[in-house]
Amino acid sequence: MKKKTTKKPIKKPVKKAIKKPVKKVQEDGRVVNIFLSGVGGQGTILASNILAEVFLKAGYDVKKSEVHGMAQRGGDVTTHFRFGKKVYSPLIKYGDVDFLLSFELLEAMRYINWVKPTGKILINKQEIYPPAVNLGMAQYPGDVEETFKKFFKDNVYVINGQEIARNLGNVQAANVVLIGAFSNFFPEVTEEQWIEAIKGLLAPKLHDLNVRAFAEGRRAL
Amino acid sequence: MKEIMQGNSAIARGAWEAGVKVAAAYPGTPSSEILREIAEKYPEIYAEWAPNEKVAVEVASGAAIAGARSMASMKHVGMNVAADPFMTLAYTGIKGGLVIVVADDPNVHSSQNEQDSRNWARFAKVPMLEPADAQECKDFIKIAFEISEQFDTPVLVRTETRVAHSDSPVVLEERKESPIPLGLDRKEAPKYVMVPINVRVRRKFVEERMKKLESYADTFKYNTMEINSREIGVITSGVSYLYTREVFPQYSYLKLGMVWPLPKKMIANFYKKVKKVIVVEELDPFLETEIKALGYKVFHGKDLIPNMYELSPEIVEQSLKGKAYKPPKIRVKPEDLPRRPPNMCAGCSHRPLFYALKKLGAFVFGDIGCYTLATAPPLQALHSCVCMGASIGEAHGAMKALGKDGMGKVCAVIGDSTFLHGGVGPLMDVVYNKGNSTTIILDNRITGMTGHQEHPGTGFTARGEPTHMVDYEELGKALGVKSIRKINPYNIQQTMEVVKEEMEKDEPSLIICENSPCIMLRRAKPLEKFAHPVYVINKEKCRGCKMCLEIGCPAISWEEGEGMTVDGHKRKGTVFINKDICVGCEVCAQICKFDAIVPGTK
Repeated sequence: MKKKTTKKPIKKPVKKAIKKPVKKVQEDGRVVNIFLSGVGGQGTILASNILAEVFLKAGYDVKKSEVHGMAQRGGDVTTHFRFGKKVYSPLIKYGDVDFLLSFELLEAMRYINWVKPTGKILINKQEIYPPAVNLGMAQYPGDVEETFKKFFKDNVYVINGQEIARNLGNVQAANVVLIGAFSNFFPEVTEEQWIEAIKGLLAPKLHDLNVRAFAEGRRAL
Repeated sequence: MKEIMQGNSAIARGAWEAGVKVAAAYPGTPSSEILREIAEKYPEIYAEWAPNEKVAVEVASGAAIAGARSMASMKHVGMNVAADPFMTLAYTGIKGGLVIVVADDPNVHSSQNEQDSRNWARFAKVPMLEPADAQECKDFIKIAFEISEQFDTPVLVRTETRVAHSDSPVVLEERKESPIPLGLDRKEAPKYVMVPINVRVRRKFVEERMKKLESYADTFKYNTMEINSREIGVITSGVSYLYTREVFPQYSYLKLGMVWPLPKKMIANFYKKVKKVIVVEELDPFLETEIKALGYKVFHGKDLIPNMYELSPEIVEQSLKGKAYKPPKIRVKPEDLPRRPPNMCAGCSHRPLFYALKKLGAFVFGDIGCYTLATAPPLQALHSCVCMGASIGEAHGAMKALGKDGMGKVCAVIGDSTFLHGGVGPLMDVVYNKGNSTTIILDNRITGMTGHQEHPGTGFTARGEPTHMVDYEELGKALGVKSIRKINPYNIQQTMEVVKEEMEKDEPSLIICENSPCIMLRRAKPLEKFAHPVYVINKEKCRGCKMCLEIGCPAISWEEGEGMTVDGHKRKGTVFINKDICVGCEVCAQICKFDAIVPGTK
């Protein structure tokens, strides 16, 4: 314990000296809009809680809004998350999404119109069929990736969160894998800050798995 | 210290900081988390799930009359149930502070109507506060208790989905006990006994109180003015303020923290400061009507702002800008994509029951809960849903109207929590008035839809302490029902036989679903009764008849592809069971006529 207190004052000035100007996503008090979409049970709520913790700790005002109630029952789940110097609306304005993080292909497509032309998109390569598709009454869109690339070119990223999480031993951690990948969009936040938030929100027995899931995801982009 | 909190959590925190001693509620989206938070985090507050909102308000008001700060919380339609005590509590007033939180649901994310609770405040002549975010939720709850005690009135705090279920930073403070001593005083009876001679006294008090509250509103610190443009000013409240402030930062604002009564002097002052006033509010033209009644001209209000569904930044912008609003580019038409409506879970005990009812061709009077989802395709086996407990009285009324023609064709279905909330009285009515309708209690051992809250039939209190559990059979007997049957809904054949027999009987029938806990309720071990962990398709036998798709199980899907069974039957495709979703409930296997659905291994 003693070591820590002596270390700190030495470390600080050193850090400052090396610090290069990091390109911040958030400039001039502008509010950054993150839209999360997925299917009930995919863990989008934990993912948005991690975002909220990280950006609150980083000193921003934050607002997060989601519709609860029927999420367990397979319906679509969306979360509006916003951070900036001062955030008013809990909802993102239609068409103003800076970052779309989608846990499922169809649920990404459903919100494609919400994204700004300059927006960045991270999609989890997973298909969960809605009832109409299960019944053979509707087609699951097969061209989600291509459609996004047509409009957003190089700003579209697709990873297979389930596969990465399964390789780590638990498919449930796919949501944290995605957060890991998503974290690359925010160079002003350090890996430690993300991990601190994840640990703060999960029971200690889940720390090891999820820290690894985050790291794998961060490496995946 | 700042913490991210949901609006509902902030309300719970506010109650704790305000020194609340008693909190009661019945769950309802978007209000349910308030009492759950209190039960989980704040042991200084006695917390209970009441069987319905009326009881919750009565419990809270009894505590308030005994001097304790107390709170009842509910969703907007819960207020209809609680209206009876509430309307008269407005006369009696309180001793300890009494706050009623009512959570509206514009755009009906999970409700049966879209009523605007602000009307209750005007109707009952009590003050109403409306927070916009989590910090205000906490602050407004605390000041609501001060107002309640200062003016001897219940106080309403209105939230809505986007306030209740939005998270934002909240500054935490410590709990402060109320200065009012606990105790009952028999001499205060004239204040609390609402017989005509006393009512007339209190009636006058209510009017005098309203006048005092009107002057208070003018000094209320959460009614705030922000002067920017001298051209246009906006009068608004709650989340509507946040949306409008977001898209029109240049306008001036009068943000009302107290939406009833209105601050008349402040409004007059605002009209002096800006040339034109726009009123932005969700749902009813509540503020607009009142402001117009004060004699002011409203430049724009409900002529542009929609009076139904919820608002949003783009709706406010589009409404006020009109043609000048440029919508974002449409890249994909969302209506071309398959929808993803909520569905009953795989293995849910409601699914086989509704399949059986569909096969019987019954008209099913439904109620409020997960089972309302049975109205959606492919089941389409629920044909009415109005309010908590309505199914039983409706089925009874329909049978009285139809007479012999209705025999064997009608039943009421109602969940366990809903039955205890509002179904006992109607069942009593069926027996008392010599009805012959059939009531099925879908007992899944929990309040399901709202996220697993305890109720008098679960055997546990809000804090998880074991308690008495209502026995539906004994209750039915005590009400006078002679024909009471129990069914295992997972046995479709038996369910069909029993329901058919009971619907055909010329006497009241009560059918209770047994051993059918919610599939998500772990403590009831819902999966243990299933003989196999999962079922799979035997492709040698599947003829692609699609019968199993009729139950709408999320684990079962259709796979196109021409082929043939082993015994030579042509088919256009087969079904597929997703092992990750299937829990082995066997319902599809019971339906399959060709034995093509068989036990498998995970």
